[in-house]
Amino acid sequence: MSTETMAPDSLELKPGLAGFFDDWSSDQRAFKGVPWGKAMMWIFLVSDTFIFGCFLASYMTVRVSTLDPWPSASEVFALSFGGAPIPLILIAIMTFVLITSSGTMALAVNYGYRKNKWVTFWLLIATALLGATFVGMQVFEWSKLIFEEGVRPWGNPMGAAQFGSVFFMVTGFHGFHVSIGVIFLFIFSYKVARGHLDDQTQGWFTKRGGNYEEIEILGLYWHFVDLVWVFIFAFFYLW
Amino acid sequence: MEYTAHDETSFVRPAEVGEMELYHAKTWLGKYVFSQDAKTIAIQYAGTAIAIGMVALVLSWFMRLQLAWPNTFTFIDPAYYLQAVTMHGMIMVVYLLTALFLGGFGNYLIPLMVGARDMVFPWLNMISFWVYFTAVILLAASFFVGGGSTGAGWTLYPPQAILPGTPGSEAGILLMLASLAVFIIGFTMGGLNYVVTILQARTRGMTLMRMPLTVWGIFVATILALFAFPALFVSAIMMALDVLLGTSFFMPAIMTMGNEANHVGGNPLLFQHLFWFFGHPEVYIVALPAFGIVSDLISIHARKNIFGYRMMVWAIVIIGALSFVVWAHHMYVSGMNPYFGFFFATTTLIIAVPTALKVYNWVLTLWRGNIHLTVPMLFSIAFLLFFINGGMTGLFLGNATVSMPLSDTLFVVAHFHMVMAVAPVMVVCGAIYHWYPKITGRWYHEGMARFHFWTTFVGSYLVFLPMHYLGIMGVPRRYFEISGTTFLPDSAQSVNASITIAALVVGFAQIVFIYNLIVSAMNGKKAPGNPWNATTLEWQTETTPPGHGNFGKELPCVYRWAYDYSVPGVEDDFIPQNVPPRNAQA
Repeated sequence: MSTETMAPDSLELKPGLAGFFDDWSSDQRAFKGVPWGKAMMWIFLVSDTFIFGCFLASYMTVRVSTLDPWPSASEVFALSFGGAPIPLILIAIMTFVLITSSGTMALAVNYGYRKNKWVTFWLLIATALLGATFVGMQVFEWSKLIFEEGVRPWGNPMGAAQFGSVFFMVTGFHGFHVSIGVIFLFIFSYKVARGHLDDQTQGWFTKRGGNYEEIEILGLYWHFVDLVWVFIFAFFYLW
Repeated sequence: MEYTAHDETSFVRPAEVGEMELYHAKTWLGKYVFSQDAKTIAIQYAGTAIAIGMVALVLSWFMRLQLAWPNTFTFIDPAYYLQAVTMHGMIMVVYLLTALFLGGFGNYLIPLMVGARDMVFPWLNMISFWVYFTAVILLAASFFVGGGSTGAGWTLYPPQAILPGTPGSEAGILLMLASLAVFIIGFTMGGLNYVVTILQARTRGMTLMRMPLTVWGIFVATILALFAFPALFVSAIMMALDVLLGTSFFMPAIMTMGNEANHVGGNPLLFQHLFWFFGHPEVYIVALPAFGIVSDLISIHARKNIFGYRMMVWAIVIIGALSFVVWAHHMYVSGMNPYFGFFFATTTLIIAVPTALKVYNWVLTLWRGNIHLTVPMLFSIAFLLFFINGGMTGLFLGNATVSMPLSDTLFVVAHFHMVMAVAPVMVVCGAIYHWYPKITGRWYHEGMARFHFWTTFVGSYLVFLPMHYLGIMGVPRRYFEISGTTFLPDSAQSVNASITIAALVVGFAQIVFIYNLIVSAMNGKKAPGNPWNATTLEWQTETTPPGHGNFGKELPCVYRWAYDYSVPGVEDDFIPQNVPPRNAQA
């Protein structure tokens, strides 16, 4: 059978809508040239979108149905430097850090496909550190809210009890996603450094041979987490 | 695309990717317990689902005993009754039917039917089962904690689900929420596997429009599940926070037991919307695999190609899409803007169109077919009868105005048991008998199987048909006792007693069924590889039951759709999917 085996990149794909119908009406694969793991990550991300969508829809619902006034975001999330409160400064830095990590991640994917092992490694480490910085600043933000402002999941001195509930729940769930991403970034930077992706060593998690496509799959997850943050930023801090 | 000019393979494209790497377990534990073979995982899923389903069956007996002979069985007090109602519903819908159709049949049939050696990520598949198993253990544990399992009704509506006074508000509700969350995590692992296997790991020649309808049904149902379960996951987290941390997502300011509860400003309707955004697609998560499987059973046992294959596929897809925009028809009495009621009633009735189309196609497949009244065929016909009955009452309940007086009566219970309990269970039984010779390599006991069929078929009608009348009469559902009311005649009680007797008999028939499955697996007659003369790939394997890797040295090539039965001019009355055109001539 080996004579008939074709490498995925030798497939001729028609452009445009004709190609779309061609692929979907063909045998074997609906997404030509897309590895299994990548297809799986995309579908998982759509499923995860429904989770965050439900969280954000629930947030909006409780915000409009609660009777108490909603605390003002520009006051609650302000930080004071030398006496003058600057609204949203911490969150601006956090967003900047996370978006920057998306940039380093995209570069890591690019250098991974070029099999440039060490550049990929350092870019992954940079992404992981930026992600960890984000989580660290979130810990700072949470502790400031909890210990200085007295915000609790069940209530707060500024207004509606649901403010603390949804804030901790949704940013916590997002922070959990970022933390998982950081852990996998470290795992994959280790794998890159040890050359597991070059030698296609069988992975512990999937029992499939490793390759640089996995960096792209990890990148998909990372960009998704960043994208979710943009929505959380808009709905929690700007509304 | 270049077509290689080999004689046998000249009609199919060359393989695009190399062979799947398979993990070969060396230890007993790795082969049978933590197996990465989809077929073993399927049997684990099915066994666990049926085991917990039997618990739910016994719970339904307790409910029926109380309803038929109130207060005769003293161990059934009102709290226990509500717990039985709740656990029966949740187990049957989520832990039995969803797990059995997708985890059981999905795992067994998807790789075999699309011509793959296994699921794309076998390790993830294995973990998926064990996470599901953990969810079942958590659920079963709630029977034994202080206060018992939750008695909030399977819909778990707050505020009552978590307020003192509702059975299981101490620990039962938390275990239920935890179990659901764990179930969803496990299901997501499995579901991603099923979808990617169907999309990306089909064999040569297997186009989407050549897949058996079984695979189509499971495929679309899995996608629905991946998009609908998140809503349940989110609502489970929020309700758990309401219980554990005292947040007020779903809890308004409320008096309970003479005290003011420690909540303010929450929105109970939000939970209902989230729950039914999951809950309605869930109906089709159960129904679509049943639709798919029954299409194949009818076609095979009537020796006729399925009528309107393309229509059947598109009907499955359209039903799946529509199922996301009908959820509030479960909430007509909760109160909503009349225009919303109008919208949801309209979409609900529109779903009847593709569904009715499928029913016509099944009947037209049977029409002038060479119908073999085998056990799987008997169950398929029974499915049609139950499904048409349940679908008709669905038209009543889908209309907001007609639904109002029928809400929360036994009419609703009769409707959803007909359409999404008994009907899919008919398919489950038929499918188990149909694939039993392939899975075990042996025949089931025909006499016991026929006894099982007739008892279940007639018995289920005796259980659920009279319930429609009780419901129209106004008998409410979930009530511990209905005696002492003036608007109900005494005969309602007699009907209740007769329903209970039928339910007990149907229940015992399921024990015969399980006995048959277990004993025949060891002592049954040896079955041939393709006893039904079916065309799909799972019947063309080299060994029966299929070994690890499913197929022999080479994966099969597919040259035709799955429904070449009674083709004119061909010697046999069927042509398997992997027979090349030049070999198919008479």
